[in-house]
Amino acid sequence: MKFVVLWSDALFFLLLAVAVASGIWASRVEHLRLSWRKVGQSQVGMAAATLLLAFVAVALLDSLHYRERLPGDKETYAVEVRSALDALLTGLRTRTEKTYSAPLATHSFAKETLDGEGRDFPRLKHGGAHLGENLAAHETDIAHKAVQGLGMGLVAWLVLWLLGAPLRRAAPHLAWSAAFATLLVLCLAAGAVAALAQGYHVLGTDKVGQDVLYLTLKSIRTGLLIGTLTTLIMLPAAVFLGLLAGYAGGWIDDVIQYLYTTLNSIPGVLLIAAAVLMMQVVIDMHPEWFATAAERADARLLALCAILGITSWTGLCRLLRGETLKLRELEYVQAAQALGVSGLRILSRHILPNVMHIVMIAIVMDFSGLVLAEAVLSYVGIGVDPNTISFGTMINTARMELAREPMVWWSLAAAFVFMFVLVLAANLFADVVRDAFDPRAVK
Amino acid sequence: MLAYLIRRLLYALPILIGVNVITFALFFIVNTPDDMARMQLGVKRVTPEAIEKWKVERGYDKPLFWNGAASGTDKATETIFFGKSVRMFMLDFGRADDGRDIAREIGLRMGPSLAVAVPVFVLGMFAAISFALLLVYFRATYLDFAGVVLCVAMMSISGLFYIIGGQWLVSKVWHLVPISGYAEGLTAAKFIILPVIVSVLAGIGSSARWYRTIFLEEYTKDYVRTARAKGLSERFVLFRHVLRNALIPILTGAVVVIPALFMGSLLIEAFFGIPGLGSYTIDAINAQDFGVVRAMVFIGSALYILGLLLTDISYTLADPRIRLQ
Repeated sequence: MKFVVLWSDALFFLLLAVAVASGIWASRVEHLRLSWRKVGQSQVGMAAATLLLAFVAVALLDSLHYRERLPGDKETYAVEVRSALDALLTGLRTRTEKTYSAPLATHSFAKETLDGEGRDFPRLKHGGAHLGENLAAHETDIAHKAVQGLGMGLVAWLVLWLLGAPLRRAAPHLAWSAAFATLLVLCLAAGAVAALAQGYHVLGTDKVGQDVLYLTLKSIRTGLLIGTLTTLIMLPAAVFLGLLAGYAGGWIDDVIQYLYTTLNSIPGVLLIAAAVLMMQVVIDMHPEWFATAAERADARLLALCAILGITSWTGLCRLLRGETLKLRELEYVQAAQALGVSGLRILSRHILPNVMHIVMIAIVMDFSGLVLAEAVLSYVGIGVDPNTISFGTMINTARMELAREPMVWWSLAAAFVFMFVLVLAANLFADVVRDAFDPRAVK
Repeated sequence: MLAYLIRRLLYALPILIGVNVITFALFFIVNTPDDMARMQLGVKRVTPEAIEKWKVERGYDKPLFWNGAASGTDKATETIFFGKSVRMFMLDFGRADDGRDIAREIGLRMGPSLAVAVPVFVLGMFAAISFALLLVYFRATYLDFAGVVLCVAMMSISGLFYIIGGQWLVSKVWHLVPISGYAEGLTAAKFIILPVIVSVLAGIGSSARWYRTIFLEEYTKDYVRTARAKGLSERFVLFRHVLRNALIPILTGAVVVIPALFMGSLLIEAFFGIPGLGSYTIDAINAQDFGVVRAMVFIGSALYILGLLLTDISYTLADPRIRLQ
């Protein structure tokens, strides 16, 4: 086994490290701690945060990549790059069927000509295979497995509840009840799904027989990466240029304003389309840059993040410029100037901490929009690599399925429901964060 | 006022030039015309002659900025930069890969785009403002809370879901309107009604919530308290005072998108088969027709700049306290 660190993995870990570090920093600064406490005291905020953490956990597992060692004496490795999540879900990944099958089905969705028996729905290779000929037990088996799974989920939740006791004691005023209630729902759902997934395809299979549950779980990483890396990539430039334009004024201000007005005036989708088209040409012309298909898809994902970042930093930059213009005239900044503190130091010590709440709000507000944008862009054909599993590619491949007779609804439904839960949690969390950090927020 | 407008228009020029330089860099410097030719003709069996032919057909065989071989002013004009970028300022967009004139095609496709975009804009705004007013009228009640929850839920649903779900329910299950297509004249109504409803639904969540916060912010102002102290009814305060004042930020925020309505909506047009500028752009993206994409980028940014200008003017019209100079 050989560990592989893709560029997006490295950036994702970096992002998590930054998040943890800024959390520690925030806990030492009085007003930030108060704001975060407000988030923690909100029922909605804690519930949404719990859901988001669950998504992050899945994405994190999916970011630990490795290449398996091939049997034999020579040190050779498999071409496919797998992740820890793939290893956990080996069953789901490998138990593929021939084509569509409905959720929890035992028979294929399409009729086939069977040897000597005319046309009928063939049995699935894996879905319900443990039932053997005893098909009458199908429903009781599902109920049995589901109840078993729910029980397991409950046990897992109880363990977590006990493990969380010190946390609750350390910070008794936070809305832990909401967090653990969400966790209970998550545990029960995960338990039931896990138990059922042993014998069935819980969310059915897609056109080429892949398990839809596996696809949706894999999509989470792509969505989270697009939502967070884009902001991470654009953040330094937006913050630096915004502060500089507001503080320095004069021709520097003019140049920076010109830069972002120009970028802003190009319609976003078109700029993205043009840049993605160009990037595709570059990637296709240089196949030698990438050792594996995963690396190429990864490069394309990162490039997409960068392109989305270029089109979306302008809003934050303008906000920061305006705020800096205001702060520049305040007495404490003028006092620092009079004491001879250098411009860079004033920016970093006196102005940056006072605009951090704007940055914070922008990060959480942008996230959900970016996740939704990924689906649309992939659908239009200017999103992630077609081989990257994402909500957008799932919807794209399933685009004609509702028109089938009878229709195939499960791939689309799974993608939309998972995306909805992720985006809803992000939106709710963003609202709570904004209310806690924005001094102007309407109470 | 006039002097201000002229100055603003002159400011627009460097921005348009900047847009042009960015697209030029993207299309011709990051990727040489040779790369594009190889891409279009297929990487494998491509001869240098075929590439040359492709470039000559599209006028990509000239030097980028400076043609030393030509004479007189041709040194500057017989180049890719002049032929492909500077010409755009004269609204000469050249030909698409299928040989049709891009400017003519844009003129033809503007109508269908507007037929969808204008009703979406008007109805969407009307629906969002009405909904927000309703919530504000019942502010701090369970109805308000439920409405906000509904807004957040609606804005968390992917736009693709509204489109796919709407087509499935209205066209496939209920058979009310055709799934996609377009016709000239009044028959167009049955083709555009579904896209319009779907777009309004998809947009109402975020805009109604935004308008609600604007209304609520207006409610905290002193003049509202004065109006109530005078004994005006709540409804009168809402419609006569709050709505009027809140319309200023709402309208000025909306004006900026008006020129962009010409561009249509990429997604809606592609899904519903409306032969507008949006689907034209999508087709161009999929066919990698760089000429068309470049033209649309140019027009889009010009319209955006026009929108900014209109916003400034609308400020003075909506709010007499603001004067442009």
